[in-house]
Amino acid sequence: MNTILGNEIIKTSFKWRSYISFMAIAVVVPLVEIALKLQGEGMQRNVTRGLAQDFFLLGNITNGYFVSQMIMNALWIHVPFLVTLGAGDQLAGEATGGTFRLLLTRPASRSRILLAKYTTTLLYALALIAFMALLTVGLGVILFGTGDLLVPGRNLVVLPEHEALWRIAVAFALATWGMWTVASLAFLFSSLVENGIGPLVGTMAVIIVFYIVSNVPADLFTSVKPYLFTSYLNLWQKMFEDPVPWGDVLHSVFVLGAFSIGFYAVTWYIFLRKDILS
Amino acid sequence: MDDSTVLRTYGLAKRFRRRWAVRNLDLHIRRGEVFGFLGPNGAGKSTTIRMLLSLIRPTEGRVELFGAPLTRRQRSALRRVGGLVERPDFYLYLSARRNLEIVAGLRGDTSARDIDAVLETVGLLPRAHDRVKTFSHGMKQRLGIAQALLGSPELIILDEPTSGLDPQGIKEVRELILRLSGERGMTVFLSSHLLSEIEQTATNMAIINQGTLVVQGGVSELLAAGEHVVRVETPDARRALEVISSSGLATAVRSTGSSIECDMPRTRVAELNRMLVRAGIAVDALVPKRSLEEYFLAITEGASDAVLSPPSPGKPGKEGGRRA
Repeated sequence: MNTILGNEIIKTSFKWRSYISFMAIAVVVPLVEIALKLQGEGMQRNVTRGLAQDFFLLGNITNGYFVSQMIMNALWIHVPFLVTLGAGDQLAGEATGGTFRLLLTRPASRSRILLAKYTTTLLYALALIAFMALLTVGLGVILFGTGDLLVPGRNLVVLPEHEALWRIAVAFALATWGMWTVASLAFLFSSLVENGIGPLVGTMAVIIVFYIVSNVPADLFTSVKPYLFTSYLNLWQKMFEDPVPWGDVLHSVFVLGAFSIGFYAVTWYIFLRKDILS
Repeated sequence: MDDSTVLRTYGLAKRFRRRWAVRNLDLHIRRGEVFGFLGPNGAGKSTTIRMLLSLIRPTEGRVELFGAPLTRRQRSALRRVGGLVERPDFYLYLSARRNLEIVAGLRGDTSARDIDAVLETVGLLPRAHDRVKTFSHGMKQRLGIAQALLGSPELIILDEPTSGLDPQGIKEVRELILRLSGERGMTVFLSSHLLSEIEQTATNMAIINQGTLVVQGGVSELLAAGEHVVRVETPDARRALEVISSSGLATAVRSTGSSIECDMPRTRVAELNRMLVRAGIAVDALVPKRSLEEYFLAITEGASDAVLSPPSPGKPGKEGGRRA
């Protein structure tokens, strides 16, 4: 098993396509943070414009944690796309390249190969989010320093400095959990087609449609909302509420986990019966 | 079942939607054979090979490897088999060696030295660390054979291993196959759409056409023995037909318009010639063809011939004139 998994990781890490998502993050995150840094005081005014009507803000609220939290809010709609870029190619890429004929004519069972590929997919998503976390928080702290975290929103929340870092860390972990569900869906689509674009388009289409359904306040939509996995993808945001609604967080974790397992089970069922014609 | 059976299929069939690609196929390959699987393009060769290597599931029938049925759950017999199906595709962005390591990892019993050994066998050791992307088609084909040889399998299944190769490459692959069979005692299952190729390497063969088995047996028995089809070209076809019919040399005589075809033993062709000449019939040509070859040419080339070369306008007219 370990050799098979190791080889899957090697395959993914030697493919340059795998790095597109990393490059996107490596460009976007510093770009945003440097732009904020250059704008200096002006940024704080823009962000707190709404708040300034009701509060007097004394001192500097801009710090590394504040910027990290802002970037997470801005990017979390786009990260699924980057995760899918890697996950959608795991099975479809082998079909396109004709290399299923190399893999599936061996004594190793399809279940084992599929599990190794799925594990690789999850590791890929994990690596991507970890990279994003380190870059966002690391660069944020270097450029803006540390301090108490002010969370703009319906209720103004100020988290003390000693709590901010672990909350951000757990938020990234929860974001990874959500992205695993997205990756599982892309992996499922990847078992159905023989090109790398299909899973990408399919997964994004599902996410966009579900997201719209989740956010349009029609009665019909509100009643299906609990059954859509996209309704739970924002679970990481709960880490910035005070106190943390752990009950909600656990519920979301459970639901997303169930979706991931469900997607994997369907993939397994399809893949084991699939005729390899590529 | 006797010990010498390596591979056997029972009523193997595959249907894609409404089209049967393979029907009721019974193959029997014994230890030490070089088994030629011959058929025109689209006859169902690759579909069969994919079923033998568990890439696709038979609609009906079953495959037995070394006496044990091959199923989704039970595939350990594939440890004793190496295969190359159609084009030799690899991870182009990885080195030749890394590609073989990936295949070896799926067997779980292959060492670094084994990988060097198979690369040596196909003459790719000097290029082991180059990415497959930089390889020519011939080199990929050799790497394809190398990956089939990993773990010293008892049976190797090669699907059109010489396709797309230049004459030198074809010769090398042919020699390699004979060496694997001769020196290492491997059983080789080899598919081709060229009779000449099977004839030069195989000890046994099966012909498949439109998904159905046509004939199966030893190459020498099938090709050398049995009757030949002798084409007699003569300007005096009508009299020649009478002479041949009454001679008793041929078991069957047909007039094909421009010439006469007789089914008869190869050994008596000279006798036929003497008889025709003695009867005062001028003979343009006597062309003996083995009936199997004739048959195979008909199914592989017949269709394209019919389209490509329309009957020459002179011949029917000339013959018609002679009859009148």
